[in-house]
Amino acid sequence: MPTESSAIETMANKEYKWGFVTDLESDTLPPGLSEETVRKISQLKNEPPFLTEWRLKAFRHWQTMTEPHWPNVKFDPIDYQAVSYYSAPKKKKTLASLDEVDPELLKTYEKLGVPLHEQKIFAGVAVDAVFDSVSVATTFKEKLAEMGIIFCSFSEAVQKHPELVRKYLGSVVPYSDNFFATLNSAVFSDGSFCYVPKGVKCPMELSTYFRINERNTGQFERTLIIADEGASVSYLEGCTAPMRDENQLHAAVVELVALDNASIKYSTVQNWYPGDKDGKGGIYNFVTKRGKCLGVASRISWTQVETGSAITWKYPSVILQGDDSVGEFYSVALTNHRQQADTGTKMIHIGRNTRSTIVSKGISAGFGQNTYRGLVKILKHAVGARNYTQCDSMLIGDKCGAHTFPYIEVRNTSAKAEHEASTSKIGEDQLFYCKQRGISLEDAVNMIINGFCKEVFKELPMEFAVEAQKLLGVSLEGSVG
Amino acid sequence: MALLEVKNLHAKVQGREILKGIDLTINPGEVHAIMGPNGSGKSTLASVLAGRENYEVTDGAAIFNGKDILELSPDERACEGLFLAFQYPVEIPGVSTSYFLKAAVNAIRKYRGEPELDAMDFLKLIKEKMKLLEMDQSFMNRSINEGFSGGEKKRNEIFQMTVLDPKLCILDETDSGLDIDALKIVSQGVNALRNPNRGILLVTHYQRLLNYIVPDFVHVLRDGRIIKSGDKSLALELEAKGYGWLENAA
Repeated sequence: MPTESSAIETMANKEYKWGFVTDLESDTLPPGLSEETVRKISQLKNEPPFLTEWRLKAFRHWQTMTEPHWPNVKFDPIDYQAVSYYSAPKKKKTLASLDEVDPELLKTYEKLGVPLHEQKIFAGVAVDAVFDSVSVATTFKEKLAEMGIIFCSFSEAVQKHPELVRKYLGSVVPYSDNFFATLNSAVFSDGSFCYVPKGVKCPMELSTYFRINERNTGQFERTLIIADEGASVSYLEGCTAPMRDENQLHAAVVELVALDNASIKYSTVQNWYPGDKDGKGGIYNFVTKRGKCLGVASRISWTQVETGSAITWKYPSVILQGDDSVGEFYSVALTNHRQQADTGTKMIHIGRNTRSTIVSKGISAGFGQNTYRGLVKILKHAVGARNYTQCDSMLIGDKCGAHTFPYIEVRNTSAKAEHEASTSKIGEDQLFYCKQRGISLEDAVNMIINGFCKEVFKELPMEFAVEAQKLLGVSLEGSVG
Repeated sequence: MALLEVKNLHAKVQGREILKGIDLTINPGEVHAIMGPNGSGKSTLASVLAGRENYEVTDGAAIFNGKDILELSPDERACEGLFLAFQYPVEIPGVSTSYFLKAAVNAIRKYRGEPELDAMDFLKLIKEKMKLLEMDQSFMNRSINEGFSGGEKKRNEIFQMTVLDPKLCILDETDSGLDIDALKIVSQGVNALRNPNRGILLVTHYQRLLNYIVPDFVHVLRDGRIIKSGDKSLALELEAKGYGWLENAA
């Protein structure tokens, strides 16, 4: 009879499926960071002066900052001068349609399963694909444009809608916010932009697929989503990267703005290369994501499934400024082998009767270290504010760790904050029960983990919930018992 | 050919020998009851046959369906047609009963080289079986065993057994914690499964269950050995005289 551990070994030796490299010619800036680099990026992208200035302000501020090491993760200091801050597939001319996109690129996306082709219209997904730093193709744009929805690359938005960019850029995450966000503000290369006008409900899921291809490039996207009064939009971000021995930095910024009665749902399935089983290589995913419920009765909901990256360090947050606004955070974070995650959220209650919900599921396997860190802050004027936090950890094996750091600050006596937490081990009894019914060890582990994450998965758009479940199975190279 | 042939089975748990040479033959169509006082090794026997970890077989053999099942993993044993109704069914939060059962049905079908059932066929299959055990539709959408009453859990075990259609059913103290109504329903379910091809092994402390599921053979287990075998009258005799009666006889 095969022993438990050998079956798990087999699972553990599954390789990262997305670790291929696409052979493309690209324009890449030499490594190094200076005011010159920042100006060069801005110039390459033909940006208006206000943006160049904004980048430079960020860069100057960044020089006064030091790399933070307060989270519960360990990494060697990054040599920021060794990173190239701009990489773009070489293009011969401006692309008018998908047919003109480099077939090599399209092949890559096909491998990734991105429904880039228009014929996949029935899938109902509009994709803005970011390959290294430049957005190469945006599908469904025209259809969305008919409804007044702007969905394009950040660069295009800068050219075509500078007034919107100027008004909202940095309004949620200021350029001086934190070390990595500030770095991003100085050197961000591209990203996605979305504006949904008053009263419009976006009829399809919008999606960005990030992929880091070039060696030694940091990826610094900037995403900005604005839902005007009464508008609603659901957005999905998915990420993969090829296998590399060295660590790559991913320092993105996402800003969401919801005006009166607007709602934004932002879902992430993050599957960056996690490094090998000894912790060599992998992505440093240091991301600042924040939404602002600016208007009354607005709603912002973050859902994340984090299975990749060597280090994940992010706290998708909501500033609940408008009265009666709602913030939500649903998270599954899985760490295996030598992966580390320090993730959670911040819910800042400013308006009256603001409500927030936090559901966090951490899964640790192998030598993985998983930390939930969350802040619920209820300010003085937030009469009737409410928070509910549920924070569950599951351990697989005995060499991993789960940590919880909840911070709760309440300055209003009418506010209510609830916090529930649990830690459990995947049970021998549960596994035996499944196996006794004919279910293999691998399927049993997946089933139990998926059950554990169900509350989060049900928040994902249908088609991605299925994907997320599969991903969890692939990423779970865990040891049981 | 015997369905299950256990020969001189010895097993240890945490270094302590619990089974000290069990011999037991179950032919197709037979219902056997294993009775015995607490700590006699009844549940250990059920666990060893199903392949639970931490039970170390030190000697003997168990041939099921012509195969040495001690060489098979628990899931392979299940796929071969061995079913264990648990004394303490396990909760799996977030996994619905129907999802769980569909995964089980299809894992077994796959093992046997049969095509997997799609959602419609599966639904048809379970609806039929649910009626038999007077189960409510809502059962299927609830997380498996989570928040179920004792009776509901046991009924769910028998329901799963009915759906999976095993060759050998082992029922580990299925009667414990059941009120009389639930006991009747569960027994009905088990009796409906009796057929000339299937074997049933009832592990029980009390003879009460045997009023409803009448066994062909009764074995009394004590200190890891079968000390007496007989027909259903043996159970009644035990009920009247207590285990002490055999204790003295042995």
